[in-house]
Amino acid sequence: MDIQALAQTVPVEGVVNLEGIDFVNNGSEFLTFCLGSEHYGVEILSVKEIRGWERPTLIPNSPDYIKGVINIRGIIIPIIDLRLRFSVGEAVYIDTTVVIVLSLADENMNCMMGFVVDAVSDVLNVDEGDIKKAPSFGGTLPNDMVEGLVNVGENVVTVIKIEQLLTLEAD
Amino acid sequence: MAIDLEQFHEVFFEESLEGLDVMEHGLLAINGGEQPDIDVINTIFRAAHSIKGGSGTFGFMAIANFTHVLETLLDEARDGSRILGTDAVDLLLQSCDCLRAMVVSLQAGEPINDTTSAPLVTAFEAMLASDVIVAPAETPSQDASPAETTSVVDPAAIPSIDSGLSHNDIVEASINGVLGSGDDTVLDDGDSGETEGSSGGSGSEWKITFQPDPEILMTGNEPLRLFRELAAMGELRTEAHTQLIPDFDHLSADECFISWTLWLKADVSRDDILEVFDWVIDECKLEVELVGDGLASAAPATIEEPVQIAEEPSEEEPSEEEPSEEEPSEEVLAAPISVSESTPASAPTPKVAVAKAAALKQGDDAAPTSAASSSSSIRVGIDKVDSLINLVGELVITQSMLSELGNNFEMAKLDRLSNGLEQLLQNTKELQESVMRIRMLPISFAFNRFPRMIRDLAQKTGKVVDLKLSGEQTELDKTVMEQIGDPLVHLVRNAIDHGIEPTEERIANGKPEQGVIKLDAYHQGGNIVIEISDDGRGINPDIILAKAIEKGLVSEDDDLSESRIFDLIFEPGFSTAAVVSDISGRGVGMDVVRRNIKSLGGRIEILSKLGIGSTFKVYLPLTLAIVDGQLVRVGTETYIVPLISIVESLQIKPELVNRVSGEMALYRLREDNVPIIPIYKEFGIEADNTDLENGLLVVVEGEGQKIGLLVDDLLAQQQVVIKSLVNNYKRVEGISGATILGDGSVSMILDVAGLIRQVSDRPKIKSSRKSRGSNSQNQAA
Repeated sequence: MDIQALAQTVPVEGVVNLEGIDFVNNGSEFLTFCLGSEHYGVEILSVKEIRGWERPTLIPNSPDYIKGVINIRGIIIPIIDLRLRFSVGEAVYIDTTVVIVLSLADENMNCMMGFVVDAVSDVLNVDEGDIKKAPSFGGTLPNDMVEGLVNVGENVVTVIKIEQLLTLEAD
Repeated sequence: MAIDLEQFHEVFFEESLEGLDVMEHGLLAINGGEQPDIDVINTIFRAAHSIKGGSGTFGFMAIANFTHVLETLLDEARDGSRILGTDAVDLLLQSCDCLRAMVVSLQAGEPINDTTSAPLVTAFEAMLASDVIVAPAETPSQDASPAETTSVVDPAAIPSIDSGLSHNDIVEASINGVLGSGDDTVLDDGDSGETEGSSGGSGSEWKITFQPDPEILMTGNEPLRLFRELAAMGELRTEAHTQLIPDFDHLSADECFISWTLWLKADVSRDDILEVFDWVIDECKLEVELVGDGLASAAPATIEEPVQIAEEPSEEEPSEEEPSEEEPSEEVLAAPISVSESTPASAPTPKVAVAKAAALKQGDDAAPTSAASSSSSIRVGIDKVDSLINLVGELVITQSMLSELGNNFEMAKLDRLSNGLEQLLQNTKELQESVMRIRMLPISFAFNRFPRMIRDLAQKTGKVVDLKLSGEQTELDKTVMEQIGDPLVHLVRNAIDHGIEPTEERIANGKPEQGVIKLDAYHQGGNIVIEISDDGRGINPDIILAKAIEKGLVSEDDDLSESRIFDLIFEPGFSTAAVVSDISGRGVGMDVVRRNIKSLGGRIEILSKLGIGSTFKVYLPLTLAIVDGQLVRVGTETYIVPLISIVESLQIKPELVNRVSGEMALYRLREDNVPIIPIYKEFGIEADNTDLENGLLVVVEGEGQKIGLLVDDLLAQQQVVIKSLVNNYKRVEGISGATILGDGSVSMILDVAGLIRQVSDRPKIKSSRKSRGSNSQNQAA
């Protein structure tokens, strides 16, 4: 439904200026974050919360990118450092280091995990068509994890497939 | 609006299965030629009848028809005209199995296979026809009639359900089902020869006394409409009684104070008239009386009965709470989670009918109809729920006291604060216990299947076996209960197959002819212990040892204690059959038994004396959700070692440490050599103390093997709630789960058996471990 059109037909008292208000029309919204100098995005509906970095409890004999587990209101979730996972940037833990908690619950999987990123930057509205296919040139990300690329001003945001992200590698 | 009967199916299935259990239980109690307890027969009959009523209501005709035959036989037994012999009990037990299979296949949505039921029906009919009947021939024919009434109703019910007709039709249909079963129950002890439905001759005249409750209009029921419906049946005369109408001052426009006497001259049955009043039966006093009949001779006989039937509901209905409050609560208190005798008909029918059913079926049938619809439901005694509510009440009081204290706190109130916190601690502890108690079921749920099983097996093997159950009320977590069933069955089967000797052998050995198998359950520490013992021939350790040596499981030089030898029968591939008896093993082996018990966090022990008998002791944790743990610290991490697996904790004395075969360190614990496993190495983390000397060692046992865990510090002991890592992560070797400590941080619970396995598998994974170890070292750094 076209909200702006609707807003014009609805009689209102006084003048309402809809310009500058960011309505969602058709596309979806993505939360973007930085890993080193690169920008990434995930579907915002899967974002459960964003929290500061705290030292997790180690999981014995786990891969290095799995930092451990933390307790979120009684649920134990693993913490994965995306910088180590994607081999991007430096895995340092400072005051601005944040953990994005993503959760996915559908018939195939029901999973919640936390991801360590350098910083959360913005919320992005993208039309379906604006997500371009990513070229498969090198890059450390597994190809099936990338949904596509979106141009935002000067930058390019890599949109990540959450299902793939939440699927642990078999070892 | 049509009522979706499907939603009641699950309840019906569940209650039918319960009913079958009741029947089976009762049948086993009879199991003899003598005149059995009439109460037991009544119980069986009621269970069968409920299943029939319910299945008829829902259109499961295969079940309804089959139960009908079965019921006819039971009915004869009930009024004493037939004695249930062993063959009859056998037949009835078989039909229980058959019915169970039918219900299960209905539940799975599969068509019913009547190949099993057909021969049984024939057998029943043969028995009904041929057997000598003690009482006058009149009785059976009379007694068959109530059953027929219901089955006459049943076909009427099905089309309306199937085609999903109007609301009204369906409710009528289901109420008929309820009425059918309800009336029978009411008249249980009397000769239920009178059938209310069949007395409608042509031109009969009915006198209907209809006194609605004053509130009837508020529920949207208009008496006039009822009368119109009656008038449509035939000639209707009405007389209104207005003497109850109060003064104008007290008159309220939406209350009805008029009562009516109606005379209906029509060719209808009592059922037809009652149907008209279905909607208001809870809100009125209704009497239906046959005053004039074309077949005058029937009148004197029928008048008495119908009045009784009619009064029954009218007395019960206004005080519906009476049966539904007193009876169920008493029953619940007596047996918190009982295999209730509630009939399926009461729960699966729509609301109106349920209310009626509760009123109609007074007495022992009115069990609580708990809302147990999903397949994994749980029946909880009302006392447990009450105690929960009490506790929550206390918790709220404590909370409000604390928050009031906190609002304007000053140091002078410190005492009260600490008191309040103390109280809070108490409350939460009790609350925790109560909540856990909800998941607890008496172990009789698992034990109940054994009387039948033993009876069958004893027959098959030709042995005489008596089963003694004790401690059936011992409560056990539901999950544990579900998983312990199969191992127990196997152990009991073994006891009969291999344990108890054939009768001749017993007599030759000077033992009583009848073998005894005892099942006992009791609490011991934080465990529940289930004992399966027999007075059979016992296990001969020499044969087992010889077999084990032959199979290469142990070497000849090993000096094994008797219990170690007995443990060998749990080894995979160790056929107990070849060792102890000729009867071949069936399916699951003892290794599976042990594995199942292990996976529940339990263990199994064998005590056996040759020639005297064997006892299998199964130790199980009370619950899977909470574990008593010892907190240990390694470096910055806190781990939890389940208390149940800890043998002892000690300070390492350097002179007792022996280094063997390269890296391995052994600790001499009395006569045992216990391998020392430093947790920091195992998990690739940093520890304060990597020196074995003066370190702390926690000696744990799992899978029959002891190991010593090197830790930095021993912290508190506490109960921890187990949280799964698998939900959001995956299984981790050596870790059975995680928990949340008091400060909100996460702590790993060690899986001792897994750790031991991991360590003993070391040589195989050594090469890969090296690289991994260095990896995690980097990470930790």
